[in-house]
Amino acid sequence: MDYFLQQLINGVTLGAIYGLVAIGYTMVYGIIGMINFAHGEIYMIGAFIAVISFLAVGLLGITWVPLAVVLVLILTMLFTAVYGWTVERLAYRPLRGSVRLAPLISAIGMSIFLQNYVQLVQGARVKPLPPVMSDVIVLADQAGGFRVSVSALQLLILALTVALMIGFTQVIARTSLGRAQRACEQDMKMASLLGIDVDRTISLTFVMGAALAGVAGVMVTMYYGVVDFYIGFLAGIKAFTAAVLGGIGSLPGAMLGGLLIGLIEAFWSAYFSVEYKDVATFVILVLVLIFRPTGLLGRPDLEKV
Amino acid sequence: MTLRWTLLAAAALVAVGGTPVRADDSIKIAMAGPITGSTASFGEQMRHGAEQAVIDINAAGGVLGKKLELQLGDDACDPKQAVAVANQLARAGVGFVAGHFCSGSSIPASAVYNEEGILQISPGSTNPKLTEQGFKNVFRVCGRDDQQGTVAGTYLAHHYPNGRIAILNDKSAYGKGLADDTKRTLNQAGVTEAINESYNAGEKDFSALVSKLKQGQIEAVYVGGYYTEAGLLTRQMREQGLNARVIAGDALLTNEYWAITGAAGEGTMMTFGPDPRNKPEARAVTEEFRKAGYEPEGYTLYSYAAVQVYAEAVKRAGRTDLDQVIKELHSGSFETVMGTLGFDAKGDVTSPAYVFYQWHDGKFSEVVE
Repeated sequence: MDYFLQQLINGVTLGAIYGLVAIGYTMVYGIIGMINFAHGEIYMIGAFIAVISFLAVGLLGITWVPLAVVLVLILTMLFTAVYGWTVERLAYRPLRGSVRLAPLISAIGMSIFLQNYVQLVQGARVKPLPPVMSDVIVLADQAGGFRVSVSALQLLILALTVALMIGFTQVIARTSLGRAQRACEQDMKMASLLGIDVDRTISLTFVMGAALAGVAGVMVTMYYGVVDFYIGFLAGIKAFTAAVLGGIGSLPGAMLGGLLIGLIEAFWSAYFSVEYKDVATFVILVLVLIFRPTGLLGRPDLEKV
Repeated sequence: MTLRWTLLAAAALVAVGGTPVRADDSIKIAMAGPITGSTASFGEQMRHGAEQAVIDINAAGGVLGKKLELQLGDDACDPKQAVAVANQLARAGVGFVAGHFCSGSSIPASAVYNEEGILQISPGSTNPKLTEQGFKNVFRVCGRDDQQGTVAGTYLAHHYPNGRIAILNDKSAYGKGLADDTKRTLNQAGVTEAINESYNAGEKDFSALVSKLKQGQIEAVYVGGYYTEAGLLTRQMREQGLNARVIAGDALLTNEYWAITGAAGEGTMMTFGPDPRNKPEARAVTEEFRKAGYEPEGYTLYSYAAVQVYAEAVKRAGRTDLDQVIKELHSGSFETVMGTLGFDAKGDVTSPAYVFYQWHDGKFSEVVE
């Protein structure tokens, strides 16, 4: 039972991290109907900026951990937001209105460019970050038995993911920006005829998505403590899978998909073999897509006439 | 094909320089390795070792009344250039090559040496394939990658006979090879590991695996893999409060491992070749090097020993004839700066040349038992 509980904690944390990256994917998709393949790379850049900001904050003599984390989060979100805006400006806007495949390819190109750029500028070596928050809460610890523990960081990641998911859902559902975003999703031409600045709305969507990727980058850097230029690819694949599993375009779906993948991986590793955990994950993805092609919480695609 | 060989040989001639005139009062030998390129620091070590050995042997009267004459070949750790260099050395009439360093260079070059009847003793190529090709003329004074597994397996069987051992690998040729050799040795010693798992290279999250190890009350974890994943695994083990001993191969002998683990890496053990500078036989030579302002680190003394072995085998054979020298190499043991060396039928050193190193306080050093 204790073992089960520990694996549950492991799975939920891992799932929250996948969900955090997946929210950014799914939001951009929800608005412009396009997978932003550079999202994983923005997340990777966020992780690098997090390491640099932590060093900078440390040099400034700020040692109170909550303040340091908040400062790093703000710095990282600012920088990744600029990256997100630039990616949209360079790789998407010039191709708006052209063939549907064109921006997809340019986003892949952007992703490769960013990856190589970081590799060349920062070097291919792994960048470590010493543990920032190492508080551990022990939930159960019998003598000679299995110690169940959850770290403060795991709780922070989970809380942050849920808060961001709720927050951004509210932004899309209730604010005027959200209304403009939904209008762009339904019909860009009609939205612009009605006075919505389509370019600005899409730019803001990318900025929001990139800021989310930045948050994910900070959390992962703090949690695992290492960063390299290649982490965006794997994280991107897993998060994209989570978004598809939950129903792409739906923020709660991204969260649910992330959690499911995290739990499947943890429990498959726990009770079967670590070797086959990815196989298990993708088998379940295929099964879900066979019976629910739009994912668990996805709405059926409305045909635009 | 013939044209290509000729071209390569011609290219090598340009790369290495003119051929000295053959003199009867000298025995031509060569050192081949990465004198330029990304692994040039190892080539530099090998050059220092071979040059010093030649100086010392000549000062002591040479071999069979003749002086050793050393040539240098630069393969830049590039397999194509290694073949070119090998051909060039063959044309120059060299009878023995101490080299190369990179396994990827040594293996293709060994085919040329085999064809041309040249003895090859590699100071630093550890890939098992080098001596598994069935070439009679190929030897090495360093260990083989698969001997690491033997050493680790023996250690595990001896220290953890209760079998609370996990063997992990990253599915790579290197990692899986090490893990398989370790497991085989362990099982032959009558101990069965409790957990045998593999993970993906690039994996960041080992929490589920760590919980599993904790559940199995694992006391020792053998990791066949590289430092990034091993470092993350170690760090996450300590975070979950699992204090099992981590044992791995030579891929963890880099400061980046400690950069990832921090204090969690304390006590991690790795197999690696013994540092010959610690041998009593190496004391005089080491001091000679230091007096000249050079620290004989890494493969310097390995190269020195390779030249020593050749000179001694020629002395015993009484001539430089390849078959005779090979016969001598297989039949006796040799006193070198690395200690006493003997060779098995394949050309590998008979005593597994691996010992344990341990991380302590951000540094690794040889474990003295």
